[in-house]
Amino acid sequence: MGAYLVFLKRCFALSFIGDWRYRLWMLLLTVVALLGLNAYCKQLVDGMITTGMTDQVSWGLYIANFTFLVGMAAAAAMMVIPVYIYKKTALHDLVIFGELLAVAAILMCLAFVTVDLGRPDRFMHLFLRFNFPMSMLTWDVVVLNVYLMLNLHICGYLVWCAYKKKKPGKKFYMPFVFLAVFWAISIHTVTAFLYVGLGGRPFWNAAIIAPRFLASAFAAGPAFIILTLQIIRKFTDYNVPDEALALLRRIVTVALTINAFLLGCELFTEFYTGAAHSISAKYLFFGLDNHHGLGRYEALVPWIWSAIGLNTIALLILYTPAVKKVAWLNIACVAMIVGIWIEKGMGLIIPAFIPSPLGEIVEYAPTANEILVCLGIWAFGLLAYTIFVRITIPVLTGKLTYDHSYSLETVGTGESDQKSKETVS
Amino acid sequence: MSCSSNGSMDRRSFFRAATGAAGGMAALVAALSPLKSLDTSDFTVEKFLQQHYKELDETEMAKVLDRITKEVEERYKVRPDIRDIKPKDGVEFVYALNLGACIGCRKCVHACVEENNQSRDPEIQYIRVLEMPRGTIDIEKGDHTYDHPKVPKDDHFYMPIQCHQCENPPCTKVCPVEATWTEPDGITVVDYDWCIGCRYCEAACPYFARRFNFTEPSIPKEEVNPTMSYLSNRPRHKGVMEKCHFCLHRTRNGQNPACLEVCPVGARKFGDIKDPNSDVSQVLKHKRVFVLKEEVGTIPRFFYYFDEDYHRSEEKGD
Repeated sequence: MGAYLVFLKRCFALSFIGDWRYRLWMLLLTVVALLGLNAYCKQLVDGMITTGMTDQVSWGLYIANFTFLVGMAAAAAMMVIPVYIYKKTALHDLVIFGELLAVAAILMCLAFVTVDLGRPDRFMHLFLRFNFPMSMLTWDVVVLNVYLMLNLHICGYLVWCAYKKKKPGKKFYMPFVFLAVFWAISIHTVTAFLYVGLGGRPFWNAAIIAPRFLASAFAAGPAFIILTLQIIRKFTDYNVPDEALALLRRIVTVALTINAFLLGCELFTEFYTGAAHSISAKYLFFGLDNHHGLGRYEALVPWIWSAIGLNTIALLILYTPAVKKVAWLNIACVAMIVGIWIEKGMGLIIPAFIPSPLGEIVEYAPTANEILVCLGIWAFGLLAYTIFVRITIPVLTGKLTYDHSYSLETVGTGESDQKSKETVS
Repeated sequence: MSCSSNGSMDRRSFFRAATGAAGGMAALVAALSPLKSLDTSDFTVEKFLQQHYKELDETEMAKVLDRITKEVEERYKVRPDIRDIKPKDGVEFVYALNLGACIGCRKCVHACVEENNQSRDPEIQYIRVLEMPRGTIDIEKGDHTYDHPKVPKDDHFYMPIQCHQCENPPCTKVCPVEATWTEPDGITVVDYDWCIGCRYCEAACPYFARRFNFTEPSIPKEEVNPTMSYLSNRPRHKGVMEKCHFCLHRTRNGQNPACLEVCPVGARKFGDIKDPNSDVSQVLKHKRVFVLKEEVGTIPRFFYYFDEDYHRSEEKGD
């Protein structure tokens, strides 16, 4: 127990140590996180009127970000499957970064759900009258928290073993790794069912939503990990083999292709028949005329076409054999992360509310305060993820162990082992 | 905060850590500063520990009602008569609305706001009246914001929509904390002291019947209706859902809902469907009724019908 407290103390101290770029990054994130906290305090005082939400569009940017981040969290599984099931060992040592991302993403999810509550002070009502199994939201509470526990256990156990210079006992973590793979699929399926289960919202009430969620998550998540791994490779001496990036690239390519296919299926169903229930999709992709002939409602149109454009660019890059440079891969990753973020938020959550169930068209635009709260949560999540990675790397490389105290000098922080950007096949 | 290899801190890094910690704390306090103007009257220990409506026994309910009485008195300077009116056995309330008679005057909308102590600014309305062109009952063709000096408009009919008190309500099913449920007499209610404000029910409702308090409701003191019930029209706070409850503080005492009382053309009929002689039983027996969005499977307790010999077709005759 004492040794564990020493470990935590060392981790805490280590999170403050780094070169000027690290400190600047952390300072920036802290400032944005505090600005977000400040904005949230204003929301607590004045109510949700500080957001752009209305009775018509009753969920907005908070739930959109929540949905996207559930996908990011689920994507950790996408790293685990090839490693353990197909024995692709190149990724073996990198799985932990996916699982750490899952932990950070779930923390952000929980934060986004909390800021969306009108009465967050009543959260304990969940423990007192838990409407399980009827409410899909209670399912989500269960699966997200269990997933958080699973990943905390796996990461915590592996890091602790490395710190103690012990070989991790397979039976203490392998069953949890496999459970986490299934669980990852469950968190995103349950989150999709949250929307799919609402018969009064035809835009959501479609069986394709859950598969689309998974496909887009398994593109955006590994894309984020590709970017992270390159930062790790650049700024630490942790070994990230090219083969790992190549494997992740293949995963991302397949997932993004499936996502594009499913989008095509959905578009056909919505538009070919021209049935009345496709009105939300019409609003999303083309905008709607005002009943009184005064202008058009088309707030979401630029968003969805940007998303489609970004995802198309990403797909083109991934499928062009000549473009194998890592820089291009990075562009594709950024494009698809942004594209999928838009697709899940502005493209999936908001249009289901427009028009309202009574046919009223009220458009939604987030307020500055709402955006600040979102940025704050993102900053908080990235702060957590940076610290997790910051601590994990010296432990896994054997620089920080129980019998090896460290100092600023012995922990690699600079570009000591910057590797040349090699081509990835 | 760098530790040297023997674990001690040198003076320079200690000062750096201390300044950093102090700066961080100052920034945190500054970030939290808006909370100074938080109205804490809604965050008392007593309220925090209050049980769910269904778990309150009579003495506990008496205490809760006493607390609400004091709150209302303090805030609105009115002594309310607040009770917890229970449903009567063997009663099931049903509403029927004559679309042929409704003239779209929206008197029901405003009577409802006054009866049920809804916020006036921003105004929360439980009833939405659609102006529909003849030839369709597709509500997407309805106008929500019609504003003529005189109603009814030629070649239009009017469709008021409020909570349909469904037998298979999607809203209660999705609530994660059971803060909303259907009472034995068919009325779906909200425990305003239990709702966590996730708005999942609002997303689930196919009739746009639920409303959220996006900010602290404001009601002029002189307009507060002092006849209140726990599950109906007692004043709400920000951050919780509310909805039409068929004026249960009136209807459970044998009165009609406020929207019916005020209707100038008698388009609204209300009563107990289990009583064969009630107005609604007669309407359901003799008129050709229909429900809105039958395909979503909610089984509404709110029926619409067109009466053949209504006054407007007579007017049209001349």
